[in-house]
Amino acid sequence: MTSVAEKPLTQNMRPDGSAMDLGAYEQAGGYQAMRKVLHGGMTAKAVTNEVKEANLRGRGGAGFPTGVKWSFVPLGKDVPNPTYLVCNADEMEPGTFKDRLLMEQDPHQLIEGMIVSSFAIEADVAYIFLRGEYVLAAERLSRAIAEAYDAHYLGKNILGSDYSLELYLHLSGGRYMCGEETGLLNALEGKRANPRSKPPYPPVVGLFGKPTVVNNVETLCCVPHIINHGAAWFHALSLTQDSGTKLFGASGKVKRPGLWELPMGTTIREILEVHAGGMRDGVNFRGLLPGGVSTDFVTAEHLDTPMDFTAMEKIGSRLGTGTMIVLDDQTCPVGMTWNMMDFFARESCGWCTPCWSGLGWVERILKSMEDGRGQPGDLEKLASQAKMWGPGATFCALAPGAAEALESAMKHFRDDFERHIRDKRCPWR
Amino acid sequence: MLSTEEISEIEMEAAHYPTRQAVCIDALKIVQRHRGWVSDESLHDIAAHLGMSATDLDSVATFYNLIFRKPVGRHVIMICDSVSCWMLGYDRMREYLCKRLGIGLGETTPDNRFTLLPIVCLGCCDRAPAMMVNDDLHTNLDSQKIDRTLETYQ
Repeated sequence: MTSVAEKPLTQNMRPDGSAMDLGAYEQAGGYQAMRKVLHGGMTAKAVTNEVKEANLRGRGGAGFPTGVKWSFVPLGKDVPNPTYLVCNADEMEPGTFKDRLLMEQDPHQLIEGMIVSSFAIEADVAYIFLRGEYVLAAERLSRAIAEAYDAHYLGKNILGSDYSLELYLHLSGGRYMCGEETGLLNALEGKRANPRSKPPYPPVVGLFGKPTVVNNVETLCCVPHIINHGAAWFHALSLTQDSGTKLFGASGKVKRPGLWELPMGTTIREILEVHAGGMRDGVNFRGLLPGGVSTDFVTAEHLDTPMDFTAMEKIGSRLGTGTMIVLDDQTCPVGMTWNMMDFFARESCGWCTPCWSGLGWVERILKSMEDGRGQPGDLEKLASQAKMWGPGATFCALAPGAAEALESAMKHFRDDFERHIRDKRCPWR
Repeated sequence: MLSTEEISEIEMEAAHYPTRQAVCIDALKIVQRHRGWVSDESLHDIAAHLGMSATDLDSVATFYNLIFRKPVGRHVIMICDSVSCWMLGYDRMREYLCKRLGIGLGETTPDNRFTLLPIVCLGCCDRAPAMMVNDDLHTNLDSQKIDRTLETYQ
């Protein structure tokens, strides 16, 4: 155990940013988890149970327990074939840049994670759904997949076992909606990435109508380490009840923007002040979005909160993707909110009325406030729109995510919104 | 008419999916890689090849940011306008690019060298502001870096 660094996900990363090939990955202990499940007599259920016990929660932002999701997949000979595993590598949440690192710099870790996870749900086919702009990740994953096929870690009867798996890389046509679980499945079927009505949920009726699990890149990368070292070890990595390590990041006007693998439950303050080096000289902290633009703003009073799923929910926000976007006092919070609502309005797929209609309206109101044309009553209009975005009012979480950013901005920076309307101008311009 | 090369590339991808329609986004991208964009003629050819209606395929083609249904220049610049880049100078970078190229967002230079498009978060927020030119990512942009970068795309 002691030979294992406390940074399992990034232990193989090289200072020059190059990726390990198959040989180097194996020398560093890679593909042992795959061997353990295929040759060590582990059943699919045993793998799922280990991941369940490890309390691995989805790293894409929603935090759903991975083992529980897997356990919804019907197993056995009578299940309509094929079962699918899909890796959600459509990293498009603004402010998020963590899966890029995992795929560019350790592609075999993801592939091994997918083999082990596929085994657990008895998947026959796996896809990596990668955003089209991640060109370097696509090159390195393609090479790694080819290496894995050559070594017989993919294909028919892997390592002589009776388990077979095909793994394909799909490059997206590009749309934020593809990151939404069921929108992604529609995109993989060659359709517009509109969300689907749920239930049924993908583990029962998913890709091409077959049982399908969709997991985030970072989630899948955790799996081999859990199988190698056990659930108890994974719990011990964390400072809090939500287990494991987590890739945390910071962008905005901080001294050292970047990405760090740290224990789950590291405080916001430590990430911001120690790892990101605090604010740049001459600017002051005002607030931050903890994990992408679909999470609620957090302000100074909550800086000592542990960054994990449970604690962040307790303070009325969410861990999200764990890559924080930091707002400073030289940046207009109304302008920032406008930028985010413009993003959501553009990327709305047009399926649900509160989303396609409401987001465009909100975007225009915010733009008019920024341009000095704000009206009394605008804030009430914004608030009433956000209320109509759900959850429950739309098929997916795009609009509810937008509401989190909008409502929390209006709560924490209300004076700034009011000042825009009163003074008929943006004070930062 | 789709070329033999295009058809063989499409069929290689098609083997990964159980339905013909599933490969349509790959097919659009393959044709675009060969021809720069997806014309009405290409759209009809791809649809016929996959057994889809052209309308169905166009509803897919127009949905995705990286499929071009209008001609583009030799090089496509995609500048990130999402929140971290916005905070770190996107407006200035966009204005500089527009002035230097003499075009607005969504337009192509008269010499057909560059098309300038906005794109959502490129996932390199720690190195903002950022843009892509064709397949290449360029980060920590300032006006000098933009000048140097553009020179390498003739």
